[in-house]
Order: sequence, then structure tokens, then C-alpha cells
Amino acid sequence: MLKYLATRLALTIPTFLAVLTLVFFVVRVIPGDPATAALGDYASQEAVEALRERMGLNEPLYMQYFQFLGDLARGDLGKSMITGKEISGMVKQVLPYTLELTLSAIIVGALLGIPIGIHTARNSNTLVDYIGRITSLAGLSVPAFYLGILVMLLFAIKLKWFPAVGGGDLSDWKSNLSHLALPSLTLGLIMTASVTRLTRSAMLNVLNEDFIRTARAKGLSERVVVFRHALRAALVPIVSIIGIWAANLIADSVLTETVFARPGLGKMLVGAIMQRDYTALQSVMVIYTGFVVIINLLTDLVYSLVDPRITH
Amino acid sequence: MSSKSLGVVEPTFRLRSQKQRVIHTFLRNRTAILGLILTAIILLIAFFADNWFVALPQGKEPTPLLAHYNPLLQDTRNRLSPPDEDHLMGLDSYGRDIWSRIVYGARVSLLVGVSSVAIGGTLGLIMGLLAGYLGGLVENTLMRVVDILMAFPSLIMGLMVLAVLGSGLFNMILAIGIVLSPTFARVAHSATLSVKANEFVEAARAIGASRMRIMRVHLLPNILGEMVVLASIWIATAIRVEANLSFIGLGVSPPTPAWGSMIRDGTSHLFDAPWESLYPGLAILITVLAFNLLGDGLRDILDPRLQR
Repeated sequence: MLKYLATRLALTIPTFLAVLTLVFFVVRVIPGDPATAALGDYASQEAVEALRERMGLNEPLYMQYFQFLGDLARGDLGKSMITGKEISGMVKQVLPYTLELTLSAIIVGALLGIPIGIHTARNSNTLVDYIGRITSLAGLSVPAFYLGILVMLLFAIKLKWFPAVGGGDLSDWKSNLSHLALPSLTLGLIMTASVTRLTRSAMLNVLNEDFIRTARAKGLSERVVVFRHALRAALVPIVSIIGIWAANLIADSVLTETVFARPGLGKMLVGAIMQRDYTALQSVMVIYTGFVVIINLLTDLVYSLVDPRITH
Repeated sequence: MSSKSLGVVEPTFRLRSQKQRVIHTFLRNRTAILGLILTAIILLIAFFADNWFVALPQGKEPTPLLAHYNPLLQDTRNRLSPPDEDHLMGLDSYGRDIWSRIVYGARVSLLVGVSSVAIGGTLGLIMGLLAGYLGGLVENTLMRVVDILMAFPSLIMGLMVLAVLGSGLFNMILAIGIVLSPTFARVAHSATLSVKANEFVEAARAIGASRMRIMRVHLLPNILGEMVVLASIWIATAIRVEANLSFIGLGVSPPTPAWGSMIRDGTSHLFDAPWESLYPGLAILITVLAFNLLGDGLRDILDPRLQR
């Protein structure tokens, strides 16, 4: 196990490095000069040139690349080209909002999706199953921002249960939770759809296996058969889909944050693109892809924990 | 001695050809049929958006049957007026007929959906085919690139490509195509590997067929079916990504109607005129669902193990 962990970690490093390299070069080929973008179109040639020098844009590309990696290794994300603020500070401010949103959505998705999936699998090809399948497919088809609007119309505008927009105050748990409710419900429902679908098909596969028949023949209760024997085996693909969707959720959080006007990484990303704030864009991309790489790593590790058949 | 006396049971079922089996499986799959019908309706709506004229009484100019109004025509006196007989889905904040805009918006969505999948599918097909057949260094390099591209969630990747290319219809199609290509490459790669193991490929090589010919004549036709099914599923994703990007504001430039940007315009009037966002969203939901249902059905036919 320890050896597997080491190799898996070692494999993660080149992937992350490759992703970083891609982000670095993509940001460099974005049309328009960052110095001109920062100073505006009417800045004098000298001012632009001075800023280019100060930003290190006149260095050869490979120097800039190593500078970028070096700064990153020290946790220095640089300064925003538009506001001049430290990006690491900006990230620290918004990151908790995105994290709490993503985590709560995963919890909602797992808590709703797994039981519904088990239930529809045990009643496959009945009306319940049919409705469940169409609903979960609809959940996969609805764009996150539209579901967000629907949720907002119902719970914030019509029922007035929760605030419609904003992120709330992080230090005040009551305000924080009430602002979190609707965005996390939105993302959680989308997550539920995919978890339901996958749980259903994984359970169907397992329930037809010989060891389930054996377990039933031994006279074990249906409860034990379904939850101890079948679910354990079905959990591997379920965990993997939760992992894959966690990566997608981070992306969908961009839309949810936009709809609910919630501070977060996604909002920062969109802002950086709109304002052509290249340093901020680069940093947010690095953080996003870093998350995805870590999530993939965790998914692989959880795999080996839940499935007794996988040994390393 | 007749077969009956040996106790051999004559087959009572009709043996079906492969084609009949496929059609039968498809027709039995009710969700796939629903998907097919919905997709057909949406295609017809997009196609007949501005023709299929009907002459109104009083000698007026003939107006299109589906979209009664010009989607760009602004009736500023009646901004945000609610749905009524004349305007089925009401007017938006510029006083434009929402139903007509949805009908025209279908064109943008379908165009982006189909052409980005065509671009992504072709790119992925070439990468996967080359990697799978040539193997070695080519395979390693191409598939590692695919792995890296897959590390980005599709929306983030789309945003990144659009940041480089700039917004607009063509760039969006290209961006979504690039986003989708790694998935196609993976499927094409594994399909190529399994087809390549067949004896007819070896036979072709033995009689001296060139690599190009083997890929074109022997491998490509055999993996194309799987790719087409994959395409129908990914059209749904492409349409959703397009809606996402338009919603963020990086899509087709206004005033061209696109569903995502219509919803975006409506978000500032959610309290007083929710219809401005609700109806375009419904259009996205139905369209994406239709393609998903269709793709699901097609996949069931290709992979009978999943049918239960």
C-alpha cells in the first residue's frame, strides 16, 4: 500500500508540471500585451515599456517560465495586473467560499444519490425506476446556472426562505449557512443526478453476481445482502464517479457563483478573463487544475480502500 | 431418423439479421424513441425558423409560421411585457419577442453542438487512430497529451481556449471541439487497439498494404460506429457547454439570439419578469435532454450488457 502511494504520488508530479506548463504558455499566447492591458490603450510607449521591464516580460520566455515555477514553489502567486493586490491574498479570501460550496454539494449528492440509486436498482423496470431514470437524465441535462435560477426563484423570491445573492459572512455561521443553502442545493442536485445513475447501474451489475445469490442462499437478511455485500462491491465505481464529478463541480461552481453573486474562485476566474488580468487568470487556473490533480489522486486512493479486490 | 424423434426442439423464434436486431432494440427502447422524436422536432424548428411562410389576412406580408416576429425587432414601449396571445413567451428587456428568439437560438445551439462535435470527433479520431495503430513513441506522446488535457474540467478548458482565441461563434465552436477531442481520442484509441488485434489486419499487412491503407480501409470503418454513438452523446454536452459560455458572456456576440445569453440578460429582471430567463432555459433543458436520451438509447444498442 505504501509503495503504491509512493508511485501514485510520483506520477502526480509530472502531470501537474505538464498542466502548469500548459497554463503558462496558454496565458502567454493570449492576444494583447499584458502591460498595455494593465495601463490602458492611451498609455505612452515609455510607460508600457517600463512596465514590461518591471513585470519581467522582456526576459526570454524560458527565464519567465523558471521564474514562474520558482515563485509558485514559494507560494508566491504574484500581483494582480488590474488591482495591484497580492493574488495569494485574494485567493485566501475567496477560497473558503468555493471549498464549502463544493464539499457541501458532494455531501448532498452522496446522501441523496446513493439511496435513490439503490432503491431504483432494487425496483428496476418499475414505475419508480422509470421516473428515477428520466429525472436523473434531466438532472444531467440542466445547465447549473439554470437550475440555480429555478432554485433561487422558488426558495428566495417566492418562499423567501434563504437570501438570493451574496456569500454571507464567513465568521458568522448563521449568515454563512443561509447563503450557502441555495448554491449547494443547486450543485448538489446536479451531483445527485449522476450519483443516482451510476449507483443504479453499479448495483444492478452486482446484484446479478454469484456471490449475492450465495449470500441470499445462506439465508442472510435482504438488508445485509444489499448493504454489506452488494453496496461494498458497487462502491468502487460510485466513488470514482464522485471523484470525477467533484472535478466537474469545481467547474460548475463558476456558474453557480455567477448566478448567486457569490465570492469564489469561479467568480475570480471569470473576472480575470473579462478584465484581461493575466496574472490572476494564470493563478486561478493553476489552483483549479491543482485541485483536479489532487482529486484524481484521492479518488485512486479511496478506490483501494473500499474495494477489497484491489491490492497493491 | 427425424430430428423430432431425437428430442431436438425446432427453433420457434425467427433468426434476425444484425440490422433487424439493431432496429428492433432501438424501437423497444422507449426513452430512445422519445429522444429521437424530440430531436427531430428541435431540428425542424431550427430549420424552419425563418421560412415555411404563412400569409396573414388583410393582405399583410407573409410571416414565418414559427417565429412570427423578427428576433432582433425591438418594441421598446412594451419592454418586459408578460406572455400573452401575441407573444407566447413575453418580451425581453429590449422588447424583443422571446419565442422568436428561442426559435432562432435553436440554430446557434445546434450549429455549435454539431460542428464542435464534428471538429472534436475528427481531431480525436485522428489522434486515437494514429496512437492505437502506430504504437510506440507516437502512442505514448499522444496519449500523455490526452491525459493532460483531460485533467481540465470541460468548462475551465473551454474558458482557457476562448481566452486565447477571443469570443465569437467560430471560436466557440473551435474551443468546444478542442475540449471534446481528448474523450474521442481515448475511445478511438481503445477501439483501434481491439480492431487491430484481428486477423484481417494482419492479413492486410501480409499482402503488403501500406499503413495508411490499413488505417483507412480496415481500421476506420470498424471504429466509426462507436464514434458516431459517442458523438450523439457529446452533442448534448457541447450544447450545454455552449450555453454555459454564453451565460458567462463569452459566446455569440449580441444581438444574435443564443439561449445562454438570453438567460444572462434575464437574470437582472428575475423579480419582475422571470419569463425572460425561464423559457430559454427550458429550451436548453429539453434540447440537451433529447440528445442525451437518444445517445443513451444508441449506447444500449451498441453495448447490450448495459440493457436492463
